[in-house]
Amino acid sequence: MTPRARAAASLRAASRWRPAEYAFWAAALASWLFLPGQYLLLNEIAIAGLFAVSLDLVLGYGGIVSLGHAAFFGFGAYVAGLLTMAGVAEPLTGLLIAGVATTLLGLATSVLVLRGSDLTRIMVTLSVSLVLLEIANRMTWLTGGADGLQGIAFTPLLGLFEFDMFGRVAYGYSLAVLFVLFALARRLVVSPFGWSVRAASGNPLRTAAIGIPVTRRLVGVYGFAAGLAGVAGALLAQTSQFVSLDVLAFHRSAEVLLMLVIGGTGYLYGGLIGALLFKVVQDRLAELTPQYWQFWIGLLLVLLVLAGRERLFALPRAAWRAVWRRA
Amino acid sequence: MLTNLFDGLAYGMLLFVLACGLSVTLGVMNFINLAHGAFAMAGGYLAVALVNTLGVPFLACLPLVFVATALLGLLLERTLYVHVYARSHLDQVLFSIGLVFMAMAAIDYTRGSRQVFVRIPEWLNARFEVLGASIGAYRLMIVLLCGAIALALQLVLSRTRFGSRLRAAVDDPVVARGLGINVGAVFALTFAVGSGLAGLGGALGAEILGLDPSFPLKYMVYFLIVVTVGGSASITGPFLAAVLLGMADVAGKYYLPDGGGFVIYTLMIVLLLARPNGLFVRGGR
Repeated sequence: MTPRARAAASLRAASRWRPAEYAFWAAALASWLFLPGQYLLLNEIAIAGLFAVSLDLVLGYGGIVSLGHAAFFGFGAYVAGLLTMAGVAEPLTGLLIAGVATTLLGLATSVLVLRGSDLTRIMVTLSVSLVLLEIANRMTWLTGGADGLQGIAFTPLLGLFEFDMFGRVAYGYSLAVLFVLFALARRLVVSPFGWSVRAASGNPLRTAAIGIPVTRRLVGVYGFAAGLAGVAGALLAQTSQFVSLDVLAFHRSAEVLLMLVIGGTGYLYGGLIGALLFKVVQDRLAELTPQYWQFWIGLLLVLLVLAGRERLFALPRAAWRAVWRRA
Repeated sequence: MLTNLFDGLAYGMLLFVLACGLSVTLGVMNFINLAHGAFAMAGGYLAVALVNTLGVPFLACLPLVFVATALLGLLLERTLYVHVYARSHLDQVLFSIGLVFMAMAAIDYTRGSRQVFVRIPEWLNARFEVLGASIGAYRLMIVLLCGAIALALQLVLSRTRFGSRLRAAVDDPVVARGLGINVGAVFALTFAVGSGLAGLGGALGAEILGLDPSFPLKYMVYFLIVVTVGGSASITGPFLAAVLLGMADVAGKYYLPDGGGFVIYTLMIVLLLARPNGLFVRGGR
């Protein structure tokens, strides 16, 4: 086998779907069929999962620490909400437009983000999200300000399925969108593009030396991830039929970071697993101590770091890699 | 106009006292401490408890608050922070956000979510006219006190043995360690003083900045701006940055009331793009 053929074969092998992944998505489908009482929570998990997958592309693959990822989530939510006001009430069309608009926002702001050190990036991402929050807060004539966008109504999905009050259609819709976009993201990270993104964040100097345009790769992945976050926000707007300033708030950026860290970065499923664990724990804690669950989230973060994130996740990740390599 | 400038000056000097501890944390250990505001909040609430509940005179409570938050800072530094210095920036961010969340929920639980005020003495509420500007006694006191603190810090840094050790540690921790300077101890002491100053700033600023459980998040960005724009090479850098920021914020809120926090955040993005390493950084770093 020539080296070129060997490289192609190894790339193909790395991109094949594993049995564990089939099992994961089968379980997700089963949750839609057999857990009707939990649709609201499950819908939140699917949306948070998509949001966390988007952050994983930025952080786990692109190596960019972002403290303002909610900017894209919130932007997508507002675009989706405002579209219905403008008369575009079909959900899938709205989703598409929100995704494209947020991708453009991501590409535009990537110029600001892809400079300087970690600290500069943290502050720039943070200020971009704060600027958006400030805009949404001030432009009351458009966004409703602190009252939020009320009275958003959607036509039935594809003209066939009406959103019901139990969230059956809503969760099915979110789950389907999540699956399609996840498959797209997964395809992206195992493509040559994805590998070069990993190379660019791992060692920019050497990557540039072998002729890969580092900045362009990072801009690309940042824009794509922004689009995913925007779609997640749009899903929230459509399934909850409400958009408020909360979608842009700082705690959303911090929480999605926490979800991703709980699940582990750099293998995409971490975002989904983290979102599942986080939302379930949050749901339980909110029942126990309605107002103060933030304390326990904070404690969890501190303990996670003190115990050593890397060490904690070394075992599950090794197990995952083993599954990944076999078959 | 003059009134605005003066208010901005007072606000900026307050920001300096609040944030100067952070510039050392970032400068010496390259540690991103987003929880710095939590110490300020602790100081503010301590002042409220001392003055309003126990009836300690306002001026007497300030040194008490300083010592208490400094001790709290020292305790946390030795028990928790010391484990996180060598970690990645992501870990540091997660850790300090965790601390912020815990502090906010704890204050919310024990003190409620409403804004609280420190009862300041009557004579500090006075206002008088100077050159057509209306100057509040409280803000004048802040300017004088914070100015004195900045001067004292500058003297300690430039004239004492501890100051030269700290400067050496900031410039090059490895070489400083090689010269027999106990960088860890220097840093712990500085962290404690920085936390104490943040607490003092929180007590002083409760009146101007407003004090409620969301304080650490609300002002996190301001502290970070002061530090990144000012750099950590000297006291002058963060001081000028804080005063500029304070004046820009007050002016922005006065002349562009609809702009709100907009002015500050945009200013920060522009500054960071133009000078990623800070405005007042010495060459070669």
